[in-house]
Amino acid sequence: MSDEVLLDVQHLKKYFTVSKNFFGKTTSVLKAVDDVSFQIKKGEAFGLVGESGCGKSTIGKMIVGLYTPTAGKIIYNGIDLTSLPRKERRQYCKDIQLIFQDPYASLNPRMTVGDIIAEPIIINHLRPKNEVEKRVNELLNCVGLSSNYRNRYPYEFSGGQRQRIGIARALAVEPKLIVCDEPVSALDVSIQAQVLNLLESLKSEFGLTYLFIAHGLSVVKHISDRVGVMYLGKLMEIAPKNELYHNPLNPYTQALLSAIPSIDPTKRRHRIELKGDVPSPIDPPEGCRFCSRCFKEADKCKKFNSELKEVSKNHFVACSLFDGEGERNKHLQNL
Amino acid sequence: MNEIENAVAASPNEEFTDKPESIWRSMWDSLKQNRAAMVSLVFILLLVAIAVITSAFPQVLPHNPYEQSLTKTLLPPNSEYWFGTDQLGRDIFSRILIGTRVSLAVGVIAVAISLTFGIIFGSIAGYFGGKVDTVIMRIMDIMLSIPSILLAIAFMAALGQGIDKAVIAISLVAIPEYARIVRGEILSVKENDYVQAAKVVGNKDGRIIFHHILPNVLSSIIVRATLGISSAILDASALGFLGLGVQPPQAEWGDMLGRARNYIFQAPYTLIFPGLAISLTVLAFNLLGDGLRDALDPKSRQN
Repeated sequence: MSDEVLLDVQHLKKYFTVSKNFFGKTTSVLKAVDDVSFQIKKGEAFGLVGESGCGKSTIGKMIVGLYTPTAGKIIYNGIDLTSLPRKERRQYCKDIQLIFQDPYASLNPRMTVGDIIAEPIIINHLRPKNEVEKRVNELLNCVGLSSNYRNRYPYEFSGGQRQRIGIARALAVEPKLIVCDEPVSALDVSIQAQVLNLLESLKSEFGLTYLFIAHGLSVVKHISDRVGVMYLGKLMEIAPKNELYHNPLNPYTQALLSAIPSIDPTKRRHRIELKGDVPSPIDPPEGCRFCSRCFKEADKCKKFNSELKEVSKNHFVACSLFDGEGERNKHLQNL
Repeated sequence: MNEIENAVAASPNEEFTDKPESIWRSMWDSLKQNRAAMVSLVFILLLVAIAVITSAFPQVLPHNPYEQSLTKTLLPPNSEYWFGTDQLGRDIFSRILIGTRVSLAVGVIAVAISLTFGIIFGSIAGYFGGKVDTVIMRIMDIMLSIPSILLAIAFMAALGQGIDKAVIAISLVAIPEYARIVRGEILSVKENDYVQAAKVVGNKDGRIIFHHILPNVLSSIIVRATLGISSAILDASALGFLGLGVQPPQAEWGDMLGRARNYIFQAPYTLIFPGLAISLTVLAFNLLGDGLRDALDPKSRQN
């Protein structure tokens, strides 16, 4: 991992219009992603976790260009992708790819596996025509599939094999950054490990950078270098993997980590049980997003929303408990 | 890496050694089970053969379909004139056979034209959405709100008489229906992950529509088009009945009906046979369309 920043996401927002009045004026919006900033360094795997509906997939789709951000910047290699017109934006498809969550929906049922993988190569003119087939075979072997499968249709494959095909398609354009949108959550546990190992070996083989989106901390722990924790459209905490797992600072992260089941009975730790449900992103709480469920709730959290701050090296937390240096120490003593 | 390859190699799937069964192949297999559809298909192929042979070699017809004979008007069916003769003494059987070409051509060409425009408008409206969608679909709605035969007559009034104009009028009238179906199907497919994947790898919009979306909605469009042929034939007959289709002396089933209607009590066979020809052809296309729909719908597939 180098110190060079490959992707810099700044104050990214995505609001979806939920309803409009008769005159076409927006009356209610869903704040799927609300002011999120983070950086991904070249060659690292950045994990993004959070429960369903917290906006993590929306971020991924904005980075690959499937959604247009409401506000904010996505700076890739020094170029702000959000400011580019549609045509130029498409040039960067080659660099940033997406691996989908559902391997059953992400492959065109009317195309053979060979065509699915060859298409990105052909439309981006990456290889002369007579070398395309060779390249497809290469890619299939890369993801652990036999090149004889070229003429098969997707429905002939199992979930894990389909996910491999999806990975081969993403690799076909020789990307630098791959957004993995819960790539293993639809797979059997035994297959999950295989696919994760594959992703890891591909990362070192091709020098890839990952944005790894998942809803479980255990999967992210396996593959990421740094982890960002999201809640209701906001980033709550960013820290290197080990730091986050051993020294979670944000109350939400603490609750999330305490929910990981442990198979070691001697290690059983105190589980933090949160009250209530996740509030609706259409009408999120004022102040801190987590304040309605936080077990350390302070009065000022209801009014004041604190930004991400670096509390120790590379460890960023958005929580008003860490706003003043003195209070931070008090909090640390309580831990 | 190696262990992954081994893991995959260790679980070979025997079925993979066969050639894959294509979707068309399995559709055909399931269509073969449907007796009504198969009979219809044979009937339609027979009609096509008649149309081709009679226009290439008119001498195979038992009589000249255009030759009038005022001494032999309105003869009932007999061994020489199988279906009788019409008010001008022409052989009805020969006229029905030669009229097959016009009716089939009208059906197929009209559907081809309206389908082309329907796919273009429907795809644009469904894929891009927003204002484009609103404008296109409101125009289609307006066209749909006018009774189709009335609209066709209005187009004929503007375009002039003749069978070619009738085909244009019929296809213009049918465009909104196809546009609606295509739009609906595209809306249901375009949010699929594989369409999004196609966008992510850098496909242009046109290629996404034609390579990734349309092949996946083709089955329902084919079914609708087959059914559409029958309604185009009916529309053509209706225009012919109203005297707006072919020009005399050319034979066309609807036109034959229209000109014979004064003799309905005197010589009912002058109407029965052209009427039967229309009904059977339309029925065959409808049954084939139904069969295709069942064959293409995986839920109703029997295996």
